[in-house]
Amino acid sequence: MSTANPAPAKLRVATVSLAGCFGCHMSFLDIDERLFELIEHIQFDRSPLTDIKTVGLCDIGLIEGGLCNAENVEVLRAFRANCRVLVAVGACAITGGLPALRNHLDVGDMLQAVYGTVPDDPELPLPLNKVHPIHEVVRIDHSLPGCPPSADAFWHLLQDLIAGREPAHGLIRYD
Amino acid sequence: MSSFSFDGQPVPLQPGDTILQAAQRAGHEVPHLCWHPEVSASASCRVCTVRVDGRPAAACTTAAAAGQRVECHTADLRAQRLHLLQMLFVEGNHFCPGCEKSGHCLLQHQAERAGMTDLHYETLNPERPVDASHPDVLFEPNRCILCQLCVRASDELDGKQVFAIGGHGIATHLLINSASGRLGDSALAVTDRAAHICPVGALLPKRVGFAVPIGQRTFDDAETRG
Ligand code: SF4
Ligand code: SF4
Ligand code: FES
Repeated sequence: MSTANPAPAKLRVATVSLAGCFGCHMSFLDIDERLFELIEHIQFDRSPLTDIKTVGLCDIGLIEGGLCNAENVEVLRAFRANCRVLVAVGACAITGGLPALRNHLDVGDMLQAVYGTVPDDPELPLPLNKVHPIHEVVRIDHSLPGCPPSADAFWHLLQDLIAGREPAHGLIRYD
Repeated sequence: MSSFSFDGQPVPLQPGDTILQAAQRAGHEVPHLCWHPEVSASASCRVCTVRVDGRPAAACTTAAAAGQRVECHTADLRAQRLHLLQMLFVEGNHFCPGCEKSGHCLLQHQAERAGMTDLHYETLNPERPVDASHPDVLFEPNRCILCQLCVRASDELDGKQVFAIGGHGIATHLLINSASGRLGDSALAVTDRAAHICPVGALLPKRVGFAVPIGQRTFDDAETRG
């Protein structure tokens, strides 16, 4: 009979890009071959990497992007309700980022200028008047600043969370 | 030589020293934004707040005295500094990823040093139209932290008085001394000290953005930025 301890359960990780450009996800993938080590400890739930559309009960939620429409708010709330630890990833999630440059313009005027008309389709989520950082809507446990955060910043955060440690601050940059 | 204690370490004094001057000369870092060695001190940002014999004081204007006990890098002062920096960020419109000053910006540097990873407060999104009327200098008020360094540099170093601070409360803003209120109609020249002293990206000489590669900029230090 084996006396070895059973392998510890993998942490479930969900990721999403709200009003973001997927640059943070790309930077996450830049941890390169360390992904093989990581995948020994984590399992992806909802994420562009799995194409699962709804978020299940998770240990960690990584949120890229701020809130620019009603669907972003709904998805963010679903992540908060389902993830034990929620991480704001990147400048857009933390400050609104470059999408928030539109906060000084009128949404209607902008849609008119870009599309020639205000798009009107029930499939389209309602745009918000301003782009908001995510901490204005839900409680955030940790933030990884940067546009995008470096691969090492993702790596260190996940290593700390996997080990059950409070993530250490380091590698802080806003660009 | 007389001295005072700075976070438990003796710092030698010279006549006329402020706490910030003496501590910096002795190699201690005192976080600051509105202080600059070339102009008079204004104590407008309070980022340099230390505790002197138990009482809070701005290190940049408080005279150093023999026997003082100065605390700077304590947990509570760090926490206060962090919140002050977070307030400065949400009171303006700071888009660091697209800002030419990024990597050279003292506000960004102090926030990184203070461990600022989030804004904490609600963003205020103030309305502040850009003034690009000057041929050689851009004024981007969205980034202005009202430190008055340009005000003092123009007055004390350039002898011109191009700038002042006016308005009230959250509407306080930088005023420009010209009939139109625009920079292009003022006496500012790009060779003036005031055109270069801004610690953030609010007053910038035009056509020199992103001149230094990432990794070689003023504050690209390995300790905070990896
Ligand atoms: S002035 Fe400094 S803090 Fe503000 S956007 Fe520019 S780099 Fe960022
Ligand atoms: S423009 Fe720059 S130097 Fe002048 S008050 Fe604003 S932040 Fe300070
Ligand atoms: S540096 Fe002392 S108050 Fe600003």
